[in-house]
Amino acid sequence: MAIASPSAGWWKEPIHKVELIWAVVAFLWGIAMFFMMIYWHGVGKQNLSNEAYKTTPADYAAKVDKMIEAYTVRQEGAFPVVRPPPGSDVYMMGRVYMWWPMLELVKGETYRLHLSSIDLQHGFSLQPVNINLQVHPGYEMVVTMTPNQSGQFGIVCNEYCGFGHHTMTGRIYVVDKK
Amino acid sequence: MTAATQFRTCPTTGLKVDRSAENLIKANAVVAVVFLLIGGLFGLSIALTRWPAVHLLPADWFYLALTAHGFDVLLAWIIFFEMAVLYFASAILLNSRIAAPRWGWAQFWLMLVGALMTNVAVLQGNSSVMFTSYPPLQAAPHFYLGLVLFAVGALIGCAVFFGTLVVAKDEKTYEGSVPLVTFGAITAAIIAVFTLACGAIILIPTFLWSIGIIHGVDPLMYKLVWWGMGHSSQQINVSAHVAVWYAIGAMVLGAKPISEKVSRMAFLMYILFLQLASAHHMLVEPGVSSSWKIFNTSYAMYLAVLGSMIHGLTVPGAIEAAQRAKGYNKGLFEWLRKAPWGNPAFAGMFLSLVMFGFLGGISGVVMGTEQINLIMHNTLYVPGHFHATVVAGTTLAFMAITYLLVPLIFRREVMFKRIAQLQPYIFGLGVAGISLFMMGAGTLGVPRRHWDITFADALTQFQFSPAAFLMLALNGLSAIMAATGGAMYIVVVVCSVFFGRKIGDNEVVQLGPVSGAASAAAVARYGNEGTLKIPGTVVLVGVFFVSFVLYYFVNWKYLAEVWPLK
Repeated sequence: MAIASPSAGWWKEPIHKVELIWAVVAFLWGIAMFFMMIYWHGVGKQNLSNEAYKTTPADYAAKVDKMIEAYTVRQEGAFPVVRPPPGSDVYMMGRVYMWWPMLELVKGETYRLHLSSIDLQHGFSLQPVNINLQVHPGYEMVVTMTPNQSGQFGIVCNEYCGFGHHTMTGRIYVVDKK
Repeated sequence: MTAATQFRTCPTTGLKVDRSAENLIKANAVVAVVFLLIGGLFGLSIALTRWPAVHLLPADWFYLALTAHGFDVLLAWIIFFEMAVLYFASAILLNSRIAAPRWGWAQFWLMLVGALMTNVAVLQGNSSVMFTSYPPLQAAPHFYLGLVLFAVGALIGCAVFFGTLVVAKDEKTYEGSVPLVTFGAITAAIIAVFTLACGAIILIPTFLWSIGIIHGVDPLMYKLVWWGMGHSSQQINVSAHVAVWYAIGAMVLGAKPISEKVSRMAFLMYILFLQLASAHHMLVEPGVSSSWKIFNTSYAMYLAVLGSMIHGLTVPGAIEAAQRAKGYNKGLFEWLRKAPWGNPAFAGMFLSLVMFGFLGGISGVVMGTEQINLIMHNTLYVPGHFHATVVAGTTLAFMAITYLLVPLIFRREVMFKRIAQLQPYIFGLGVAGISLFMMGAGTLGVPRRHWDITFADALTQFQFSPAAFLMLALNGLSAIMAATGGAMYIVVVVCSVFFGRKIGDNEVVQLGPVSGAASAAAVARYGNEGTLKIPGTVVLVGVFFVSFVLYYFVNWKYLAEVWPLK
């Protein structure tokens, strides 16, 4: 029994065929899943970049401000709506309790989206697309993103960041190419 | 204390029981159940708050309850119970005296003081930083100090366990190799040393930061090391509850492992590879390379998953073989139909096995795939997954073995037999609902740790689909059911321990259809390589494998539909 010491010589007992086959199948399945991740880096279109930089809240906020100054197209409540040129560096900043600023992107165009926080950790959750990225203060992540749907998309914070966490939202508009 | 009074002989199993080990087991198990009660109530209040139509708690209380729930059930309930399991698997199963019982009590009191200190910090309201306490979010100093004391206490418990193994070997209290269940407990304890050390290593500087001695803790470094505790400690649970599965199979049905060698190799995979799990929390972080993520998240090519998949065959296989040896040979599944489903220890164990594999295991591997994590990270899918592993898997297994510990260790008869019989089903079904509906909400994008997905007070609005709200309502209903099952467990166990009929010193307890020495003859007849037949288990494992493969690729399909990014 499993609660008693095994009989002497247990190490030499042959392994039953069923166990052996299952162990081999499970092992091969593990290898397949392992290489699936590598394969997707070559073939798949949804991969995270390995591009990230150390930054400071002040430096990052300055970059965000510069973009807002250059490309704001309209104001929506407290938020500037920024429409940076396709292919450019686009900045999104997490802070308690908003995603700043709002962005307007063009469908089918590619952007270098920078993400960082100027206070706590936040979770960038683009909905209903369901892209979820962790945002750290002091680290600037760059993701090259190509919106392939037009419409209005919400950004929710999905990393707890204090008692106002559930009020932390933002928005990205994606418009069709004219 | 003379040797004569130090031990009693268990009339059911024939094991020599060290009374000081027994007292330590009792103390740790009782405190564990108290924390399960407290943490469970917090959990229920969270689920009822998530249910939009009920929305029970105000926001600050919700986040407070979430922090307390995480600590009380994920650490306190489980690690206290694991201390009991470690003492049981060493001193009791090896017929040995426990090494350094005073240090055992140091373990108990340090963990208790630590747990209370952290709870006080949380209840004071200024440490609602979640169980994970990611900096730069800062809690009160005694929040971290309590955690450190708790971790140090648990480390002492592991040392006592290892000491007991040395004593038993030295004093030759057993012959040959240790039993498989003890081997599983050794696995758990080795992983525990790694994880508790990780916890202490990162929480000590975080504590120093909270009292202003150092300037800050790097948030990325914190996550990497903290999850060496946070996730790897769940692997203690896996090892411990797999050991419990084998123990219940053995005690209730006289099941013997199909092959000691294979089962032990599977545990060895855990020791070698499960510690890489930090990566599961770093898959969408900046500053961590893809090659690091792929190697670590897959536990070095899924070798630890391989261990679990092997147990997934060998545990039911051992049960099938034991049942067939008793003559339940008709068709594929007579052995399973005629299993003792009315015995809560067996029912809980088998439900734990099935739900851990199908719900927890598969979802964990899928979510831990580097790219697929992108569509699941920090959504409700995450708690959906780990409620299947830690609650349906570990908690249910621990509940199940309590029904054996009460008569064997507490020497009391289990009261309210009917309630006890129903308990694993009600709790299991409730937890299955919690897991599935949270995972469902997560795939719709609903964030975890979030008080209000209607965003009523937010600056800009976003509307989740009506299906998401339905999922949260169903989650609330499931939580009520699970809480009912939890309450049934606590009522049965507490009443039995305090008011159950005392079991006499020479009275043999009937643990299952085959129990104690009577099973020894039965098990000798099967399990040999040449005669073993387990077709039912092969079918079950086949169903599992097909579900796994299908679900895995369905999620790649989901991933392929989101915006291209690189």
